[in-house]
Amino acid sequence: MDALITQLQRQFRDYTISLYQQGFLDDQFTELKKLQDDGSPDFVAEVLTLFFEDCVKLISNMARALDQTTGNVDYSKVGASVHQLKGSSSSVGAKRVKALCVSFKDYCDTQNFEGCVRCLQQVDIEYKTLKTKLQDLFNLEKQIIQAGGRVPQVDIN
Amino acid sequence: MAEVLRPEMLDISSNDNTSSLASSTELLHVLAVDDSMVDRKFIERLLRVSSCKVTVVDSATRALQYLGLDGENSSVGFEDLKINLIMTDYSMPGMTGYELLKKIKESSAFREIPVVIMSSENILPRIDRCLEEGAEDFLLKPVKLADVKRLRDSLMKAEERAFKNMMHKRDLEANDLYSQLKRAKI
Repeated sequence: MDALITQLQRQFRDYTISLYQQGFLDDQFTELKKLQDDGSPDFVAEVLTLFFEDCVKLISNMARALDQTTGNVDYSKVGASVHQLKGSSSSVGAKRVKALCVSFKDYCDTQNFEGCVRCLQQVDIEYKTLKTKLQDLFNLEKQIIQAGGRVPQVDIN
Repeated sequence: MAEVLRPEMLDISSNDNTSSLASSTELLHVLAVDDSMVDRKFIERLLRVSSCKVTVVDSATRALQYLGLDGENSSVGFEDLKINLIMTDYSMPGMTGYELLKKIKESSAFREIPVVIMSSENILPRIDRCLEEGAEDFLLKPVKLADVKRLRDSLMKAEERAFKNMMHKRDLEANDLYSQLKRAKI
């Protein structure tokens, strides 16, 4: 059992580090983990769940606002949703999503339709990718605990 | 007989203000205002971890309702609410954090409560405007644990100072009363 725990812990550590190195997560995610403890063991998962729900809602708003069939595109509406997504991605440490929002906001400000549509597609892919990766990470945590081990603190630096 | 009249033995009637620090050693009560669900969850946790009591609302309007400043209620006794700090997001639909700040500073009941503005944007004129309007501090989002700890420490110090001043005042009053009684040779 111990060998299994050790192996799982190493996998967890490596996977976590790779997420940071590949730019999926930043320091803010580390801050979130600091706020989790035995009293609130699901805090990070709960916040991330809220974030992904936010993504669905906001991206749907953006898509609707970019729909040309209903008339002229209201770029301020698109921009407002992008601003909100930028805010929440920043709060959870979703680095790539946040970076995309910065570019997206620029395209809104310059009323660049193609740029906006491209960003919309990318941000959709990006949040879904992050969601899958974090689910894998949380699953690893679960496996470690089920095997009787503790989830290691990972030092990114 | 004279023993009874020593200042420490006189029971100067207790004042509402004594409850603030003495009884609630833990807890600054913070009212947090943010339209983002993610940020509300985050700030609530930040504050709880920092040993604060937290009330979170999703808009400036709701914040005013909570404080009884929306004109619907004539105030729910301020003493009951005892908010020590208000932290509000700047950009919110409807009433902004800046407008909320102004309303609070215009209110005689609540203008003493420190108001902290949070924003994801580092815009100098915005920061200046808020500080000029009486904001206690301006925090860049995402807010850090260290920011909250710093805020709480400085507020606790201010409360401690106010408490000490009040106790000092009571001492002076007690001594004064004692001298008067002594002179009257009771």
